[in-house]
Amino acid sequence: MADLTSRNRRRLDLLGLLPFLAYVAVFLGVPTVSVVVGAFQDDAGGWTLSNLGAAAGDPYLHAFVVSTEISALTAAIGAVVGLAIAFAVSASPPGGVLRQVVSTASGVLAYFAGVPLAFAFIAAIGSQGLVTKWLGALGLDISGFSLFGFAGITLVYLYFQIPLMVLVIFPALEGLRPQWREAASNLGASRWQYWWLVGGPLLLPPFLGALMLLFANAFAAYATAAALTNGIIPLVPIQIAAVMSGNVAVGQENLGNALGLGMILVVALALAGYAWMQRRTSRWLR
Amino acid sequence: MNRSRTAVAAGLLAVVALAATACGSSSGASSAGTTKAATAHSAADLGGMDALVAAAKAEGTLNVITLPRTWAGYGDLMDNFTKKYGIKINDANPDGSSQDEINAVKQLKGQDRAPDVLDLGSSFALSAAAANLLAPYQVATWKDIPDAQKDSQGRWYNDYGGYISIGYDAGRVKTPPTSIADLAKPDYKGMVALNGDPTKAGAAFAGVYAAALAKGGSVDDIQPGIDFFGQLKKSGNFIPVGATQATIQSGQTPITIDWDYLQVSAANTLKGKVDWKVVVPSDGLYANYYNQAISATAPHPAAARLWEEYLYSVDGQNGFLQGWARPVELAAMQAAGTVNKAELAALPRVSGNSPFPTEAQLDAAKKVIADNWAKTVG
Repeated sequence: MADLTSRNRRRLDLLGLLPFLAYVAVFLGVPTVSVVVGAFQDDAGGWTLSNLGAAAGDPYLHAFVVSTEISALTAAIGAVVGLAIAFAVSASPPGGVLRQVVSTASGVLAYFAGVPLAFAFIAAIGSQGLVTKWLGALGLDISGFSLFGFAGITLVYLYFQIPLMVLVIFPALEGLRPQWREAASNLGASRWQYWWLVGGPLLLPPFLGALMLLFANAFAAYATAAALTNGIIPLVPIQIAAVMSGNVAVGQENLGNALGLGMILVVALALAGYAWMQRRTSRWLR
Repeated sequence: MNRSRTAVAAGLLAVVALAATACGSSSGASSAGTTKAATAHSAADLGGMDALVAAAKAEGTLNVITLPRTWAGYGDLMDNFTKKYGIKINDANPDGSSQDEINAVKQLKGQDRAPDVLDLGSSFALSAAAANLLAPYQVATWKDIPDAQKDSQGRWYNDYGGYISIGYDAGRVKTPPTSIADLAKPDYKGMVALNGDPTKAGAAFAGVYAAALAKGGSVDDIQPGIDFFGQLKKSGNFIPVGATQATIQSGQTPITIDWDYLQVSAANTLKGKVDWKVVVPSDGLYANYYNQAISATAPHPAAARLWEEYLYSVDGQNGFLQGWARPVELAAMQAAGTVNKAELAALPRVSGNSPFPTEAQLDAAKKVIADNWAKTVG
C-alpha cells in the first residue's frame, strides 16, 4: 500500500508479534513467575526462605550435584563426538549423500527424547531386550550392564546429545572458509599451525557455546530419566516430580517451586553463556 | 490457603484457553437443590435418599479424578453408577497421584470440571482436611466404618485397602518366593521390581515399609527396608523398572512387589498370557487403606454425595471386593451376611496382623526415604 508510512508499518509489525508475545507470556512468563513466587512462600502463603534452605540442603543439593555431573559428562562426550562427526562430514562434498543423510538424521534424532527413547533402549538392551537376547545367544552376556543407572542414562542421553552437537556445530565448520586455509598455507603455515592459530580460535567460541547448550539440554531432560531410573538416580527434575505430584510426600509444593527456581538459575546461566558465545561467533560467521 | 498468584495464573490460563467452558460454569449448578446439597452432612439433611438421588440426577454429571479402571474395581463401579443413576462420570487424569488431586481441587476451583470427589492417600486426606478443602459428609452406613478408619467429622473415611504382596510369573520363576527375605536368593537375579519410585508412588513406599518390617525394622524404622533394596540392587536382583501390567506381560518384571488387589487384577487381565501368581509375604505384613472425600468446592455436590452413598452401599463395597480390594465395611458385611463370599475367597490368604503406622511415624519414614533411597539404592 502506498500510503502506509514507515511508522504505521512498524505498528503493524508489532501487531503481528502480539500473538507470539501473548503465547510467551501465558506459557513461559506466568508459570515462571508462579514458580519464583511460590519458592518464597510457605503453605499458608506467608513469605519465607525455608524452601530455598531445604532445596539447598540434603538430599536436594546432592540431586543438583548429580544432575550437573550427568549434564556435564554427556555434554562433554556429546560435544567431542559430535564435533568429530561434523568435521568428518564437512570434509565430504557439499550436496553429497553423506551430508544429507547425516544432517537429516541429526535433525530427527536430536529431538527423539522422552519416554519413547527410554523404551527404545529398554527394548533393545534392557534385561529382556532384543539385542541383549541376541548377544546372549551368541554367548555374549551384557546383562551385567545396567541401563537403569548412571552409565545407562549417560548412554541414552548421548543418543540425542551427539546429533544436537552435529546440528549446532555444523554451520560453524561450514563458516571456516577454505580461502583462510589456503592463505595460511601460502604464508607457509603447517596444518598444525593453521588449526592452532586460525581454525581453533575461530571454532572455540561456537564449541563452548554448543557445550553450554548441550548442558542445558541434558539438565532439563526429565521424561527419559524418569522412565529409565524410577527414582534411583536423584536428578533435580525427578525430585521436583516427587514433591509436586506424588502419592508419598505431602504439602511440599513450594519446595518443588524452590527446586524449580534452582533449575531456572542453572539453565539460565548455561543459556546466557551460549548466547554470549553465539554473539562472538556471529562476528565472523556470515 | 492463600495461593492467590497461582490462582491468578490458573485463572488467566483458563480464561485464555477455556473461555467457553468457564462461561458455561454454574449455569445449572446454582439451582436451589444443589446449593442445599453443598452443605448437606448426610442424605437426611436433604430429605432422604430419594431427594439426594433427584438432586444428583438434576446435576447429571460427576467429576472424579485419578481413578484407573483396573484399580480396585473402579472401572465396573463407575459403569454401574452411571447405569443405575444415569449420571455421566468424567474421570480426569486416571494415572495421577494424590497430590495431583489436591492440585486440581485448588487450581480448578469454581470451574465446572473441578473434581467432585477424591480418592486420597491418608496423609493427603489429613492435610486436605486441615486446609478446609473437604466437605464433611456421613454416608448412610457410617456406623459400619470402624472408628479408627474415619474422620469424626466425616471429611474423609477409608474406602478400600489391601496388603503388600509378591506377584511372580510362575512360568519363569521356578521356585516361588513366599517371603520378602526370599527375594535376596540368587535365583531371582534381575527379576525383582517395585511399583514405581518409593519417594513418589505410594505402593512402592509401602513395599519398602513391608521390607523393613520383614528385615528387623518397625513402623518407627524404615531404614532396614531401604538397606534391603540396596542389597538387592548390589546383587543385581532389584531392577528399577516401575512395574505395570505391561511390564509384567512383556516379562520385564517377573517378580513384582505391589498391592495385592493390583496383582490379582493383573493376574486376571493377563490370564492365558502370563501365569501370574500372588502371595502375601509371611514376614512383612503391611496393609493400607485409601480414603474417600468430597471436595468442599465440588461443582456437583449432590452427585458427589450420591457417589459416596453408592460406594458405601452393599453394591459399592462388593464392587471393591470384585476388584480384589478389601472394603472398609468388610467386617460389618460379614456379620450381616451381605458380603460376596466367592469374591472374598478369591483374595490371597493373609495370616497375622498388619501394623498401622501413625501419621507422625509415616512422616518420619517418608523423610528417611526421601533422604536415603537414591543414596542407598542408586
